[in-house]
Amino acid sequence: MKNRFAATALAAVTLCLPIISQAQTEIQWWHSMTGGLNEWVNDQAKQFNDSQKDYKVVPTFKGNYDESMATATAAFRAGNAPHILQVFEVGTATMMAAKGAIKPVAEVMKESGVAFDPKSYVPAVAGYYTAANGQMLSFPFNSSTTIFYYNKDAFKAAGLDPNKAPSTWPEVVAAAAKLKASGSKCPYTTSWMSWVQLESFSTWHNVLFATQNNGFGGNSARLTFNSPLHLRHFENLANMSKQGLFVYKGRASVSVPSFVSGECAMFTGSSGSYADVSKNAKFAYGLAPLPYYPDVAGAPQNTAIGGASLWVMAGKKPAEYKGVAQFFKYLSSPEVQSASHKRTGYLPITTAAYELTEKSGYYKQFPGTDVAVQQMIRKTTDKSRGIRLGNFVQIRTIIDEETEQIWAGKKEPKQALDDAVRRGNEQLEKFEKANKS
Amino acid sequence: MEKRVLFKSTWLPWLLLAPQFCIITVFFFWPAGQALLQSFQLQDPFGLSTEWVGLDNFKALFSDSGYLESFKTTAVFSTLVATIGIGVSLMLAVLADRIIKGALFYRTLLIVPYAVAPAVAGVLWIFMFSPSLGIVSYWLAQSIGFQTDYLLNSNHAMGLIVSAAVWKQVSYNFLFFVAGLQSIPKSLIEAAAIDGAGPWKRFTSIQFPLLSPTTFFLLVINLVYAFFDTFAIIDATTHGGPGRDTSTLVYKVYYDGFKAMDLGGSAAQSVVLMVIVIALTVFQFRYVEKKVNYA
Amino acid sequence: MVERRPLLGLLVHLLLILGIVVVAFPVYLAFIASTHTAQEVAQTPMTLLPGSHFWETYKAALLGNGGGAGSNAPVGRMLWVSLVTALIIAFGKISISLLSAFAIVYFRFPFKGFFFWSIFITLMLPVEVRIGPTYQVVADLGMLNSFSGLTIPLIASATATFLFRQFFLTVPEEMLEAARMDGAGPMRFFWDILLPLSKTTIAALFVIQFIYGWNQYLWPLLATTSEDMYPVVIGIKRMIAGGEGGNEWNIVMATVILAMLPPTLVVVLMQRWFVKGLVDTEK
Repeated sequence: MKNRFAATALAAVTLCLPIISQAQTEIQWWHSMTGGLNEWVNDQAKQFNDSQKDYKVVPTFKGNYDESMATATAAFRAGNAPHILQVFEVGTATMMAAKGAIKPVAEVMKESGVAFDPKSYVPAVAGYYTAANGQMLSFPFNSSTTIFYYNKDAFKAAGLDPNKAPSTWPEVVAAAAKLKASGSKCPYTTSWMSWVQLESFSTWHNVLFATQNNGFGGNSARLTFNSPLHLRHFENLANMSKQGLFVYKGRASVSVPSFVSGECAMFTGSSGSYADVSKNAKFAYGLAPLPYYPDVAGAPQNTAIGGASLWVMAGKKPAEYKGVAQFFKYLSSPEVQSASHKRTGYLPITTAAYELTEKSGYYKQFPGTDVAVQQMIRKTTDKSRGIRLGNFVQIRTIIDEETEQIWAGKKEPKQALDDAVRRGNEQLEKFEKANKS
Repeated sequence: MEKRVLFKSTWLPWLLLAPQFCIITVFFFWPAGQALLQSFQLQDPFGLSTEWVGLDNFKALFSDSGYLESFKTTAVFSTLVATIGIGVSLMLAVLADRIIKGALFYRTLLIVPYAVAPAVAGVLWIFMFSPSLGIVSYWLAQSIGFQTDYLLNSNHAMGLIVSAAVWKQVSYNFLFFVAGLQSIPKSLIEAAAIDGAGPWKRFTSIQFPLLSPTTFFLLVINLVYAFFDTFAIIDATTHGGPGRDTSTLVYKVYYDGFKAMDLGGSAAQSVVLMVIVIALTVFQFRYVEKKVNYA
Repeated sequence: MVERRPLLGLLVHLLLILGIVVVAFPVYLAFIASTHTAQEVAQTPMTLLPGSHFWETYKAALLGNGGGAGSNAPVGRMLWVSLVTALIIAFGKISISLLSAFAIVYFRFPFKGFFFWSIFITLMLPVEVRIGPTYQVVADLGMLNSFSGLTIPLIASATATFLFRQFFLTVPEEMLEAARMDGAGPMRFFWDILLPLSKTTIAALFVIQFIYGWNQYLWPLLATTSEDMYPVVIGIKRMIAGGEGGNEWNIVMATVILAMLPPTLVVVLMQRWFVKGLVDTEK
């Protein structure tokens, strides 16, 4: 008797389950946001869930960017992929090449009947995630770019004008020398060696980082960042390093605290570091555009995008895709965008959101917060749309490994850049081979 | 090393082995076999296209100077971790063995690091040695003018990961040495003392020789530990840098497979590692176990 | 002590204290950091005295509402997941290893050599190295997001079998002869004689496996898709900004301390058996 009762109950529950779950379609969203940004992601999902009854977005932290991407590829192979996956910009080419694994955002929107105008997005942001045929493939979520930070107090102490940031590299060198003379142990440092000093440097000067328009033209791209201009810049940095004007403070964003603590007076890094700087810096600071070489024609152009976008994975149900479309629509509304922009320092992804933020007087209240947007909002060229290469994770690591040899005094800049290009090209060949189609 | 008296049963040993064997077949040998297959393939991360490439992955591996370097790095790292770890803990154990008051207190404090996850140990090390807010690097610079620079100085980077790895393992070694020392008959030591042997002489002539099985056992354990269980520390601190100077074999497998999603290349490295491990295991059981006398 | 040399005794204590200061310092530092505000921790040099923000930080870490830091998942739930995982791994591994080591040491049967080697080969290849294919198997078996998926693949190695084998080899043969004289079968011998003798080895292995299970990071990250199945080590990683934000080191360190407490308790409380068990085995 007991058994039969249990069986009946089980059957009843099994029958009811689809009905219960039909009430709300769950949308799995895997992300890599840590610390305060983790809360930001959870709030976005919660606010969307509260705004309607049909869909429930469930955000799940899946480790840092490379970990969550590895987890998602394994999950896809086993048929367990999430609906939405946050992928960092260096993973973009890998995702694009995986045609059977992803569903273009433009398609998701169109099939769900959600109005979607790619033109309303900031060009340098949307362009990066758009295929050659003009179809937007992924949804820009947290975009940042590279900017210049400086310590105004240190500038004052060194007899420099605290209200005028050096705008060119020669000016940076001159300012660094003055800062050093006034006792600074670390006049200038940078984070993200590849992104800031090679990728953004290339788009900013409108020169190619790799052939095939930096990989936008196809998988046969090869690296070109050992050009005379790149070499000139690295020789410049190497000289600064020798004189103690530039101090290397580590890979990725490890160097951020050395600016925040006041140790380093000038710093190039992600606009996303603004949240940290504004919260923890105990000195007056300024934000400015990335420096450039004034004698290069076409410079400054625009800087390269960083951060991550949201990819929709293939093989899900139409109802679920509808939910995804609704969620993206919610995320791109000017109010939500503007609030996120102010909260996190990430770029607004639509022009409307930028205008709304401007109207609110935010940029006047916090001067410099619009630097990143200004750098990105220009019309891009074929050379400046961004860098989109396969096996980019390895290439960035190779660049870290090789350039570290310069600062350690073990390799000449030319040798290091040539080696990085050669080793990086091996990765590109491998990618091309694995993604023939 | 076999018992002379054994049970005989046609079915019982199989039944006893079944749970373990099922689990390792499904969760070890099957995946390991898959890794073996992958090492002959070139695949995109999503598994959408697979191409057989024969020995290409292995060829690429052995023509990569970085891979050959990481053999050397692994050897240096493992040797340092094992010798320093064993040396320091032996010293602490000999000291702890001499005292009666407060022994438990000292011992308890010394074994705490064993409970810390390797990844967390890495975080603690970064926190102490980070160039901008690390308190230890600050002290070193202030007190003896020693500028730590693990970002660009290979020796400092190696020192950093070795010290973190040793720190994690000191407790384990220490416990073994303390127990080993306690099992040495006190009469032996006393007799030597009566003969006029000082503490150092007693250590070199009695304690250390009698500890040799323990030392040997710990040597094996420490080498295995340094080889396989330390990549989380490297991942949290140096990321294999500067250059590739702290990239050990297992860290490279982990990086290529998990971070860079180069499945074929990573699988080929796993296969090389498996071969090394099998060789080491055979060596240990066939040769070493016969040489060391387990009383 | 064999001879009395007060000066030497003092030196020994001093050296030991020095050793302890060095060994315990990182943990002490973590604790100190957890009693300050994030801004205070970011000062160079950081103070080495406890601050006054102990309750605030730990409350923020436990409840996950630390003013923009931490995460919303309560650390309490994560500690529970870690505990269950660690216990299943410890008990599961010990039980299957006891049985297989018993079979290998006390029986003669065909293909014994084959089984012996195939078990011991698993000894040294960590899960991380074969993680992709292992995930595939676990997903195919529908074990994702469950405690079985979290634990069984980690049980699949022979560390414990190895140690039990070593220990069984040291058990005097007379024990077995006597048992057979009394007419005891293999399982009687196992239960009544071998198991009680193995108590300390079991305790030692429990400590090792508990800590091994507790400290897992990569596998749980892969094998679970729901945040309420996350162990606490993932919680720590989630607080450390990898990208562009700053770290609230005080909250991170508070969670580090919280995550360290249970395994530390296990080691400290069981240290007597732990050492004895390992030493018995090794001899």
